[in-house]
Amino acid sequence: MKKNLTAWLCLLPAILFLGIFMVYPLFDVFVYSFEEGYNFASQSFWGTGLYNYSYVLHDPFFIQALKNTFIIVIITVPLSTGIALLISLELSRIKVLRDFFQTVYFLPYVTNTLAVGLVFMILFKKTAYSDGLISILIQFFGGPSVDFIDGPYAAKMFVMCFYTIWIVMPFKILILTSALASVNEMYYKAAIVDDTPKWRIFYKITLPMISPMVFYLVITGFIGAFKAYSDEVALFGTDLNAAGMNTIVGYVYDMLYGNSGGYPSYASAAALILFAIVFTITTINLMVSRKTVYYQ
Amino acid sequence: MKIVLEHLTKRFPNRNKKIKGDVIAVNDFNFTIPDGKLIGLLGPSGCGKSTALNLICGLEKPSEGKIIFGDTDVTELAPEKRGVGLVFQNYALYPHLTVYENIKFPLENLRGDKKLSKEEMDAKVKEAAKLVQIEELMDRRPNEMSGGQQQRVAIARALVKRPQVLLLDEPLSNLDARLRLQTREELKRIQLETGITTVFVTHDQEEAMSISDLIVVMKEGVLQQMGKPQDIYDDPDNLFVASFLGTPQINVFNGRIRNEKVLIGDAVVLDVKGAKDGEVFVAVRPEGFILDEDGPFECGYENREIMGRDTSLIVTHPDFTGEKIRGIIPSDAEVKISDGKVRFSLKRGKVHVFDGNTKERIRL
Repeated sequence: MKKNLTAWLCLLPAILFLGIFMVYPLFDVFVYSFEEGYNFASQSFWGTGLYNYSYVLHDPFFIQALKNTFIIVIITVPLSTGIALLISLELSRIKVLRDFFQTVYFLPYVTNTLAVGLVFMILFKKTAYSDGLISILIQFFGGPSVDFIDGPYAAKMFVMCFYTIWIVMPFKILILTSALASVNEMYYKAAIVDDTPKWRIFYKITLPMISPMVFYLVITGFIGAFKAYSDEVALFGTDLNAAGMNTIVGYVYDMLYGNSGGYPSYASAAALILFAIVFTITTINLMVSRKTVYYQ
Repeated sequence: MKIVLEHLTKRFPNRNKKIKGDVIAVNDFNFTIPDGKLIGLLGPSGCGKSTALNLICGLEKPSEGKIIFGDTDVTELAPEKRGVGLVFQNYALYPHLTVYENIKFPLENLRGDKKLSKEEMDAKVKEAAKLVQIEELMDRRPNEMSGGQQQRVAIARALVKRPQVLLLDEPLSNLDARLRLQTREELKRIQLETGITTVFVTHDQEEAMSISDLIVVMKEGVLQQMGKPQDIYDDPDNLFVASFLGTPQINVFNGRIRNEKVLIGDAVVLDVKGAKDGEVFVAVRPEGFILDEDGPFECGYENREIMGRDTSLIVTHPDFTGEKIRGIIPSDAEVKISDGKVRFSLKRGKVHVFDGNTKERIRL
């Protein structure tokens, strides 16, 4: 009992802070989402029910945000993981200049977001003085002038996904190179002696051996992409609804503080919808992983 | 399949850049491994025996020399083209695959006209599993098995393609003492049953002696002696081979030859015809000591260790080079001690004399 008391006392600060700043707000969000017509000023509401959910799900801005988020998730998670795996494999194979390339690939991780944003502006934004580097390149090859930041939806989405992939890549490469390095050399030697084709060594030995790390990256990648918001702001500014590039988290923020702000009930409902989506996807991931991921 | 090594040399660049010159792991190997035999590559750790094995296997490329399998020069051939089976020291079983999948793995790599049907593979896997007696473990994963069982699976995986040469790197070093005894007999049985030319690497002389048809003794990359275990034991070419083989170790004394007689201290222990005078090492096998009250060789008595069948007599002598002199005598022998001294005569075939400088054998 005395031992228990010490343990609880040690845990108390964490429990208090988590309780006040995490658990209580979560509970509050849940409650808000069912309170209809909640008014910030008077702290009052008309009644309870599912109206908030219905409103959010019928809001064209939310539908747009949902669509954007899903596109970002579906494109960036597999692509970034796949490209990172490819780069890590090649990195682990070369000897000369390996450290150099490792540093190059890691640079985005330590680069200031504002600096990155500036670079992307130069690359993609059309201004009075320049069409943007990429657009100039496209025109050089006979293509049309494309405005990636304020132009067509596909162009904007391309920049968005490109940016997201680029920004999450360093961490994935870091994790995957260390995972690859931890695979014992003797498995490869054994496979070589047994005349195993290269693709089969990768598919049958390397991939299962690093599967826990790949799975970790996929799960965190999904969750991270579903929570995308700040990168969108960095590229398209704060009025994401006008740019048509809003995400679910962006929608939640706008409902709370944006131009159309002051609707905590709608924000809560949207947040809970996002939670349900992330929960479902993660559960599916876990179920798939049980069959495919090998833990030593 | 006969294996011939011709002037086989492997150099590695030195890691320590201050020292110029390469590390020579395998130095000018010339020998023939006869078909269908079990060969033990024996030497202390770091002597290059694993490198020699890797050269035969093809995982390392030789700096110089040739490797010939049967009539084919395989020096430039990649390991997968040589038709060898390799068992690693840590077995290298794929941890995410079951025993069945592990053994089947090499078969699934067969392509072209060698490609097997599912039934053929299944039959071969079962045959290999039966050979090493692990049929009931097929669904296990490597980490669910004991070291000995993993070892068998590794051997089965190496044998399933019916290689012409089976190579084993320290096959028994990860097993406990009991299992080691059992497994080495198993190894011998499997080798006899399959008739595959087998080369195994070990630092344990007992292991090499007990199951090998031929032993190759190595030291610092240089071949010391090759021959049948008993021949090498009875007739070592140099002091290293004599000391490396046999437990308890051979007892080495500082001695000299004067007037065709071998002396340790002042005691004349052997007559040698035609030998030149000079400083020598006299090495006496533990079983070479015979209790003899009138014997020429006097030692200080220290202790006796009873080991059941035999007794190990521990004695001292000022000219001894090691720490403890051990003589093995029958346990019913009566040890006469006078003044703390005990006298021996030495059995002729159990005493070897080596040159004091070169440590090469002086044949008597």
